[in-house]
Amino acid sequence: MAAIDTLSRTALRDSILTVRGVSRGFARGSGEVRVLADVDLSLYSGEIVGLLGRSGSGKSTLLRIIAGLIRPSGGEVIYRGQPVGGPADGIAMVFQTFALFPWLTVLQNVEAGLEALAVPPRESRRRALSAIDLIGLDGFESAYPRELSGGMRQRVGFARALVVEPTILLLDEPFSALDVLTAETIRTDLLDLWIEHRLPTKSMLLVTHNIEEAVFMCDRILLFSSNPGRVSAEIEVTFPHPRNRLDTAFRQMVDDIYAKMTARPTAEAAGHPHKLHLGSRLPPVSTNMMAGLIETVAAPPYDGKADLPEIARTLQLEVDELFPVAEVLQYLGFAEIREGDILLSADARAFAELDTQARKKTFAERLLASVPLAQHIRHVLDDRPGHRAPRVRFEQELEDYLSDSAAEETLDAVIDWGRYAEIFAYDDQAEMFSLEDPKG
Amino acid sequence: MRESAISYASLTARGLIPNRWDLIAFPLVIGLLLLASKGARETLAPLSALKEPVVSLDPVNLPEYALRTTLRMLAAMVASLLFTITYGTLAAKSRRAELVLIPLLDILQSVPVLGYISFTVVFFMSLFPGRVAGAEAAAIFAIFTSQAWNMAFSFYQSLRTAPRDLEEATRNFRFSAWQCFWRLEVPFAMPGLIWNMMMSMSGGWFFVVASEAITVGDTTITLPGIGAYLAQATAERNLTAVGWVVLTMVVVIVLYDQLMFRPLVAWADKFRFEQTGAQVTPSSWFLALLQRSRLLRSLGRPGGMLLGALARQRFALRRAGMTSFGDTRSVTLDAAWFVVVAAVALFAAWKVIAFVASGVGWEDLLTAVKLGLFTLTRVVVLIAVASLIWVPIGVGVGLRPRLAEKIQPLAQFLAAFPANLLFPVFVVAIVRFHLNPDIWLSPLIILGTQWYILFNVVAGTTAYPNDFREAATNFRMSGWQWWREVMLPGIFPYFITGAITAAGGAWNASIVAESVSWGDTKLTAQGLGAYIAENTAAGDYPKIVLGIAVMSLFVTLFNRFLWRPLYAYAEDRLRLD
Repeated sequence: MAAIDTLSRTALRDSILTVRGVSRGFARGSGEVRVLADVDLSLYSGEIVGLLGRSGSGKSTLLRIIAGLIRPSGGEVIYRGQPVGGPADGIAMVFQTFALFPWLTVLQNVEAGLEALAVPPRESRRRALSAIDLIGLDGFESAYPRELSGGMRQRVGFARALVVEPTILLLDEPFSALDVLTAETIRTDLLDLWIEHRLPTKSMLLVTHNIEEAVFMCDRILLFSSNPGRVSAEIEVTFPHPRNRLDTAFRQMVDDIYAKMTARPTAEAAGHPHKLHLGSRLPPVSTNMMAGLIETVAAPPYDGKADLPEIARTLQLEVDELFPVAEVLQYLGFAEIREGDILLSADARAFAELDTQARKKTFAERLLASVPLAQHIRHVLDDRPGHRAPRVRFEQELEDYLSDSAAEETLDAVIDWGRYAEIFAYDDQAEMFSLEDPKG
Repeated sequence: MRESAISYASLTARGLIPNRWDLIAFPLVIGLLLLASKGARETLAPLSALKEPVVSLDPVNLPEYALRTTLRMLAAMVASLLFTITYGTLAAKSRRAELVLIPLLDILQSVPVLGYISFTVVFFMSLFPGRVAGAEAAAIFAIFTSQAWNMAFSFYQSLRTAPRDLEEATRNFRFSAWQCFWRLEVPFAMPGLIWNMMMSMSGGWFFVVASEAITVGDTTITLPGIGAYLAQATAERNLTAVGWVVLTMVVVIVLYDQLMFRPLVAWADKFRFEQTGAQVTPSSWFLALLQRSRLLRSLGRPGGMLLGALARQRFALRRAGMTSFGDTRSVTLDAAWFVVVAAVALFAAWKVIAFVASGVGWEDLLTAVKLGLFTLTRVVVLIAVASLIWVPIGVGVGLRPRLAEKIQPLAQFLAAFPANLLFPVFVVAIVRFHLNPDIWLSPLIILGTQWYILFNVVAGTTAYPNDFREAATNFRMSGWQWWREVMLPGIFPYFITGAITAAGGAWNASIVAESVSWGDTKLTAQGLGAYIAENTAAGDYPKIVLGIAVMSLFVTLFNRFLWRPLYAYAEDRLRLD
């Protein structure tokens, strides 16, 4: 049913919501740092659309712009023929953190969604009870959120959003805080309601970083790439519901998306592949994770080359956990990522065989050679007579390129790597870099 | 209110049939109504009715005095709550207001409450000439100032830290600002507010006792109550009467603890934001009575329904829908605002200096600073001594959970108990044994507030992770190493919290503790507290202002250069979660 809608939509239907050239950024000393760049998308009746991307790619920001919670710095969102200028009637959101009021019972939480619409008490009670009934929460009406399991809490989140009978339901990673089994149950329940047309909703927009989840639920997937966030590809999913995760075609699509997500953005691929510059954002990946991934891929059965989706499944890691590690290995010249595969370099294979001290030495060489920020810190420390430099000095430099939180995260990542490599020391209490040997 | 929000649909006749909880509840309600009406009638009596020896030492009068003292406390608490909600909200919602209001609050917290009571008495007496109400208002205002600041601060901080996802949810469901305030912000602020309220109430008993019998110059004001009774007993050197008043206060505080403190804390637990249910939930028999008695519930229902309906109204003054992009703040307006504020502050400073300069010279300033140093020494030494005593005891108690359960309420009780009721006993002893008042009056300033150190240390030790203790035992750490590396860092944040409260209270207490009397015998220790007290009695306003200003300065500097860095350090480095 949904598939037919998808196929015929461009011909037959107008979009219910259109995002036109939306961008967002924030002012920085030297200019503007962009989080979102020229995003266009449309939602049509009868479809579930997935926004799939890594964390920090701006997909949640886009969702909040659509919800009217954040103002875009450029472009507009058109809903019912009008630009969205604030939270609009008929757009409801389900939150990753559930966002339930802990001091209200399940029933009160669901009714809260109607409160702002000034629905009369009797009517409000009736609608709340029927939403609770629909989402499978009966019996829990008088419970407080803290008495409920995560899954039940998110059901309340769904009931609260559905009770306002939204035209568009925005789902902000609604299953990512749940365990695998619970997430699957709620996903299936939601899909059943959707397919049986028991939801008042015309379209759902799902933000996720979980590829399987997107393929499992969506009619259309928009791949989101980072820095700045934008739609890099659009994928139609035409499998009929209920979908089978073990189906070959399903698996193939998941693998394809993996490959697409690991492909380098064109701009970078053109000139210097996988080169970092001073202001590049560095993900907080621990050296243990790097060593772990190198060891795993170096060992049989992979022997230096592995399929990322397969590794993710074996190690029970999510895309968001595995990608950054692979990416950092690539930056450091320990690995190459191509079409969803990871290939270890000769250095990395040697690394796997080394003892701790030798590993640190190799790591230090690679770090100084390929991470300009680490290089820069080391140079500053070498140049200064006292071989000391305050953290804030580098933080300010980074803030020309990155947001405050990203600058902090990046610096923390480099500190962690630098400490492991013993290329500098850092005193967190004094917030001071130095070349002192802490043992001395 | 929340109770009713869910249950108004089920308001049936069956709900109105009394059950056995009502047997206890009914007399309580009637009794309270009776007492409240009596208290209110007497407050409105003309002041001439007070000219007689207002306080009789007959112990039969004590229940009534206790009631009137309690009513003053409650009136002040209502005022504090109103102040908290308006002031805290204004500071949290308006950036320009925040720039002024928060530092103001910071300083107000450092001003010794008992220092300016002389002004407020004169002020309120002129507002209600010839009526008891003026004196009542002055006393209530004094208690209010001892309660309101930390409550407002806590509320402001809660408003600033309201969780983002919930805030987004309220906007997504298009709550008006009014609805968001009652649905999200107030409930979120509730646990912190209730806790601060209860701490304020505990501290307030001290001030209510001190503010019921005041002499400013020629005017002596006595308000019937526990404090006035104590003053009369002191003047008549009647130790038996002191015994009676102490006993009464014990009863009052136990009732306050059972009927107010515990029920409120237990009730506020539902607003706890953490989603985990593992902790020990506070409980209260009185809250259970209120919640289970059908009579009380149906009595409360109309009010609850009204409040619930009020909270659901939109009162939509347009709420900003979106967090906007970039900075739309006007730099020019900010600058203008800053200039206005600075001008007002300068004008005020000039007025104060002119007023003080009219009555005092540079020598007086030097004297005040010197006396301030004396009092500072007292506070520092006594906090150190109290810590040396109570930290080991607190840790010892905290490591024994059963004992801690019993000691904790006792320590809270002692912290609430107004220590000034016990001052006469010390005075009698000092006179009897010819002790040096400069030294032996000093313990009085920490008599009431040392308990904050004890119960915070006990709480810290109870919360100390068992893993760490087991690890320490496993590695056979003991003696000084155990204290230095295992226990003290773990309880440090709690200890600092207790010590800050204790020190703040000690400064305030110095005003009544450094200058005490027993009948005609007057004992004075050299210090800024005694300086303020003596000038209050003499009605020398410029010197009072000087004394208050110097003390506020000492407290502010003390906070800024000792407590704040220590607190930041504890928060930053020694948190165990």
